[in-house]
Amino acid sequence: MAARGSGQGAKQGFSLPQVPKILVYGVGFVPAVWTFYAGLTDQLGADPMRVLEQTLGLWALRFLIAALAITPLRQLFSINLLRYRRALGLLCFYYACLHLVTYTVLDQGLDWAAIGADIVKRPFITIGMATFVILVPLAVTSNNAAIRRMGGQAWARLHRLVYAAAIGAALHFVLVVKSWPPEPLVYAAIVAGLLGYRLVRSMGKKPRAKPRPA
Amino acid sequence: MLIRRSSDILPSEITPREVYLTRRQWMAGAAGLALAAALPQELEAAPLSAAKSAFSTDEKLTRREDVTSYNNYYEFGVDKGDPVKNAGTLKTTPWTVKIDGLVGKPQEIGIEDLIKSSALEERIYRMRCVEGWSMVIPWVGFPLADLIKRVEPLGSAKYVAFETLNRPSEMSGLRSIFPVLDWPYREGLRLDEAMNPLAILAVGLYGETLPNQNGAPIRLVVPWKYGFKGIKSITRISFVEKQPVTAWNTQAPHEYGFYANVNPNVDHPRWSQATERRIGEGGLFVKRRPTILFNGYAEQVASLYSGMDLRKFY
Repeated sequence: MAARGSGQGAKQGFSLPQVPKILVYGVGFVPAVWTFYAGLTDQLGADPMRVLEQTLGLWALRFLIAALAITPLRQLFSINLLRYRRALGLLCFYYACLHLVTYTVLDQGLDWAAIGADIVKRPFITIGMATFVILVPLAVTSNNAAIRRMGGQAWARLHRLVYAAAIGAALHFVLVVKSWPPEPLVYAAIVAGLLGYRLVRSMGKKPRAKPRPA
Repeated sequence: MLIRRSSDILPSEITPREVYLTRRQWMAGAAGLALAAALPQELEAAPLSAAKSAFSTDEKLTRREDVTSYNNYYEFGVDKGDPVKNAGTLKTTPWTVKIDGLVGKPQEIGIEDLIKSSALEERIYRMRCVEGWSMVIPWVGFPLADLIKRVEPLGSAKYVAFETLNRPSEMSGLRSIFPVLDWPYREGLRLDEAMNPLAILAVGLYGETLPNQNGAPIRLVVPWKYGFKGIKSITRISFVEKQPVTAWNTQAPHEYGFYANVNPNVDHPRWSQATERRIGEGGLFVKRRPTILFNGYAEQVASLYSGMDLRKFY
């Protein structure tokens, strides 16, 4: 895995110093650990539970965006960070798990009736849950054994679900706030940019792939 | 003779930008303190004496620190931590409130006269935000009815409309390229709601004048309604015949009604209103408590809405 990632990077001639992937996880969990600690020690202001819930959700979205940025960075700027993409994707999933646990346990106090009603009746929670459900198979297959078992093509097709997850996560954020404050819209615009880039690129490729009539 | 040229100054001798900025801030702060000490009437929070009220709850007060740092005041930013950071730029002196519309005595009243015109009371009220959290706040103010009686509304006046200051130079949120609401912030009450003894114009909290982020120098408090009805930094009160336009109702009519009475049985379209989190209760492990119809003030206000379908008039 490491060899494959760095091999592609070397070809482009732009090399970044490599850091061990474990360090990505280590640094990646700092916001979660810090926010939880700050909440326990009364440093999160008046409504610590809500800050924790929102911080975890926001970091899930940020890691998703980071994972989606890997390909354009490589294609447009020859910056190869492919070897960290799995860690970023899994960090997104772990933060989504923590976000969900905070909502069910700390926010709703495991009131399953209220949680069930929320999922059915509130579009932003329906979308948030659906997004989480989409992330599960992606996280479960984020290992070399799964890629081997499924075959590269099937695996890649499955992992295109990440685009749906990105749309869901951005929408979830936009719908949770009152009015139209800028922050969720900025994130939605970044997601739109990352997905739009892929769409434009795939459309640009198609005619060349087809045999041209003489 | 040795003439030192500018390049002889060692980089280490140059004060870093953030240090000198901090120093300037500190000096400005010290100057401000000295000025404040010399002119006590200019102090941010002046003590107010107020009589106790039978309408007060004996529930545990929300910490002053939380009441004054966790605010929805979109004129100073959309984050709840924004108002305490940004509202310092608001100048509340001089301040006048214009009273116009269908009244016998239209007038402009200076804030000092307004405060002197009525006996101040401490009202410890529950405050339920439409977002699903609540506080217990010791307001200082006077009944809105006192003011209304003095200005003699005409028989045709059916509603009272309120307006917040609209001064972009002092309110950073009004300069945002994303206008969150259709400024100025506007709110309204039916005249009989406004006359209810629970409705007050607050000029202070925790025994002192209002901090800017809480709506200085004068704001509405209607504890049986969601917090957004409690319009801040009021500059105009108009008596009108038709139901007035209100800010959140204009922004999202299906989410925020004109009445906005606290009601656990009528959900916000995007979240339940059945329960609430009491700020400062339990920290990270806050437990939700059930929300009560009219925020627990049914005894005083339920009769205002008898025969009305509260699902329709939310």
